[in-house]
Amino acid sequence: MAREAAPAGEREAVLKVHGLRIVLDPSGVDIDDEVSLQIHRGEVLGLVGESASGKTTVGTSLLNYQRRGAKIEAGRIEIDGQDVLSMSTEALRKIRGGAISYVPQDSSASLNPALRIGKQLLEILEIHGFGESQADREARRAEMMAEVLLPSDEQFLRRYPHQLSGGQQQRVAIAMAFANRPRIIVLDEPTTALDVTTQAHVLDTVRDLTRSYGVAALYITHDLAVVANLADRIAVMYAGRLVEVGTRDELFDEGHHPYSRKLLASIPDITGERALRGIRGWAPRPGQRPSGCTFAPRCDWVIDKCRAEYPPVEEVSPGHTVRCWRYKEVGAQAGVFETVELRDKSLSQRAADVREVISVRDVDAYYQHKKTLHDINTSLSERHCLSLVGESGSGKTTLARCIAGLHPHRIVGDIEFNGKRLAREARDRPRATRQAIQYIFQNPYSSLNPRKTIGQILSQPLGVFFDLSRSETEDRMADVLEKVALDASLLSRYPDQLSGGERQRVAIARGLAAEPTVLICDEVTSWLDVSVQAAIIELLASLQRDMGLSMLFVTHNLALVRSISQEVAVMTEGRIVEFGLVDAVLEDPQADYTKKLLSDTPTV
Amino acid sequence: MSTPEIRVGDSDLAELEPAVVQSERRRSEWLMTLSEAWRMGRTKIGVGIFLVIIAIAVVGPWVAPYSPTELVAPPFSAPDIPKLWLGSDYIGRDVLTRVLYGGRTVILLALAATVIGLGVGVTLGLITGYARRWIDETIMRLLDVVLAFPQIVLTLLFVSILGPRLWLIVLIVGISHAPRIARVARAATLEVAQRDFVRAAEAFGIARWKILFNEIMPSITSPLLVEFGLRLTYSIGLIAALSFLGFGMQPPSADWGLMINENRIGIVIQPWPVFVPVLLIGILTIATNLIADGLGRALIGIERDTGVG
Repeated sequence: MAREAAPAGEREAVLKVHGLRIVLDPSGVDIDDEVSLQIHRGEVLGLVGESASGKTTVGTSLLNYQRRGAKIEAGRIEIDGQDVLSMSTEALRKIRGGAISYVPQDSSASLNPALRIGKQLLEILEIHGFGESQADREARRAEMMAEVLLPSDEQFLRRYPHQLSGGQQQRVAIAMAFANRPRIIVLDEPTTALDVTTQAHVLDTVRDLTRSYGVAALYITHDLAVVANLADRIAVMYAGRLVEVGTRDELFDEGHHPYSRKLLASIPDITGERALRGIRGWAPRPGQRPSGCTFAPRCDWVIDKCRAEYPPVEEVSPGHTVRCWRYKEVGAQAGVFETVELRDKSLSQRAADVREVISVRDVDAYYQHKKTLHDINTSLSERHCLSLVGESGSGKTTLARCIAGLHPHRIVGDIEFNGKRLAREARDRPRATRQAIQYIFQNPYSSLNPRKTIGQILSQPLGVFFDLSRSETEDRMADVLEKVALDASLLSRYPDQLSGGERQRVAIARGLAAEPTVLICDEVTSWLDVSVQAAIIELLASLQRDMGLSMLFVTHNLALVRSISQEVAVMTEGRIVEFGLVDAVLEDPQADYTKKLLSDTPTV
Repeated sequence: MSTPEIRVGDSDLAELEPAVVQSERRRSEWLMTLSEAWRMGRTKIGVGIFLVIIAIAVVGPWVAPYSPTELVAPPFSAPDIPKLWLGSDYIGRDVLTRVLYGGRTVILLALAATVIGLGVGVTLGLITGYARRWIDETIMRLLDVVLAFPQIVLTLLFVSILGPRLWLIVLIVGISHAPRIARVARAATLEVAQRDFVRAAEAFGIARWKILFNEIMPSITSPLLVEFGLRLTYSIGLIAALSFLGFGMQPPSADWGLMINENRIGIVIQPWPVFVPVLLIGILTIATNLIADGLGRALIGIERDTGVG
């Protein structure tokens, strides 16, 4: 391979991208523009951006791959001095999976379900002509499995992808990506679908392998916290352009772009020392991006110039570039974080006279014939927020659904609301109870009927629980939309015209329209970008405080707990292993499981 | 897979969806399926032929040269243009006139039967798909029993017991469609009933039937549209077959199925009174089948592109 001679003392850049512009074909709307970056040997570059920022498109373009409807219009991509964009199909086929490899978000979809994993791993070595003999390749396969901390015995290799856990599948995908000792590896949110514990393992593996092989890695994510301890350098992407590129420390300690700073402030802080701050609005989709600086509508620093002209690339220090008209002023402002408390801290002491709204006593729950909850005892106090934390499969959602009356299977034990036993199914509960307990679903893409307007969706609880005239209904709907910071003009829209964050706000508004006293939030931010998550948490915390709601907040993210709740219950394998005041539990965890969860949660 | 497959995140896919597709999809699913289907040549041909035959059936009686029961020539007379375009039938009535009169009954009865089948089938499908458990098991197993009989046998069974009454034929043909339609509706319902907006409606305590018809039904209209086209094809065939067997329209009515039966003995000397009705029934079923096929392909295309079914 032709390699550019690197000047002495300077590390060689394995990957060079210059002036990349990718557009939608045939409309010509740009997805990405003016993207230039370099990655050196053994370096991890974190590419961070919100949904629809065009980060995945950049990632796949490094393999000269564009999905249907997208086209590279301008720019150069060089791998070891070779121009990827001018390569023949045959040459591309050789370098894909060879010199450059890709780890997708959902590896379960990229592994062939009909092939045993041992066979799949050998196949990729064979195709790229690795080693002299089958024995060589088998040795390499064993080596790879060891590197990703998976067993390489015959029994394990004979398994099919569906017989592996999500984390194991992702590690197999990583093993395949590293198999042919690539020069560059593109990782597209490989841990998004995984639990924190598994995520921690996968991140460790990626870090170790890139260092030991001297691979240049591009790690794409929407979560700054994930790359905080992994990436050497971070590139922040907004609306298809790189707005700031710098080392990890340059970005975290002296970010010069308002967006970088805001992204940082939206990372939940497990220590509870700084406030969680969302970014208002949402990232614009291609074709809907404003002229001038695309971030201007969401920026606190905006001046007239920003709306007129996109700022040029400025160099703050060697290697640290930023695109902002006011970067000097932004950079000069000390302190990225605010220290405002969202939750009502005065409630953090558990007073003896606090009334229990929901009491759960000795509850076992079944799914068909399998027992999924074991001996659950917990309670939700009036005007308090209780966080229910656990990984997937811990039973936290089952418990929340039992309380909400949405678990149509066997439940043993008592769930009480204001001292009265609740019927198992919501349908069998009195109307006043159904009204008082509202449930917000995890996935706003599935919880709003796509065939109904926002107005029709919001009028549903109003119609069931209140006897209102048409104009009163309209007023109420405008009211609840205002509470969740949405405009009443959305009433005539359909859910798929809204962004994920807006949809979740509508779902919250639907719950609030019933005027509940108890709000159950089931992983309400897990489908959202970190920046939007922060805004939703802010909203929920203020609603809970101002409306005096009692809230059950279900989450897999321990880092969120301090920002919103006073009490926490930690669940695993259908049991509550720790229950207490948030500060006490997080500062001095008693259960081993809590300790492990705490150490695996990524922090900034 | 040999090389790591490149897969694009869902959130990013959304950004590439053409705005047009989005706006049509949310309005209503079946409208989108229709417009998508209309873009296909087969649908246009199907609709074209269908309209021509409908026109024959509707306008025919007004332009017919004679009365359908009037004896105008000796039996099985050969065509004599311009007096007898298609000749006469087995007792000497004008074949062209009877052809022009004979389409109404087939088309109307087939439509009525399909609508009944759709109503019963969709209701059963919604109920079984949503209720699950024993209700689902019971109804579906009962429908399996009905499915075990070929439709024509089932219909003949009831008609021979209760007599050849038109309403009975329509009802039986409709009901014999119901199990197949119910299966399609049930499959679509199963998927939609899993979505959280149905849970949300349950948590509010909204009545089950309202959930079925207001929440779930709007999301399953497209597969039902395809099913309607397909079942209409079968209805036409069945109704015509019953007439041919003498259980449908009774003499002296003009009806395509009946005409085939009445005149088959003379097919060697005067083929037109058999040939023309056969041709028209054949073309009609091809047309409805082309439409159903176009709709089905449109539906698959839409599912593939948007992930919404």
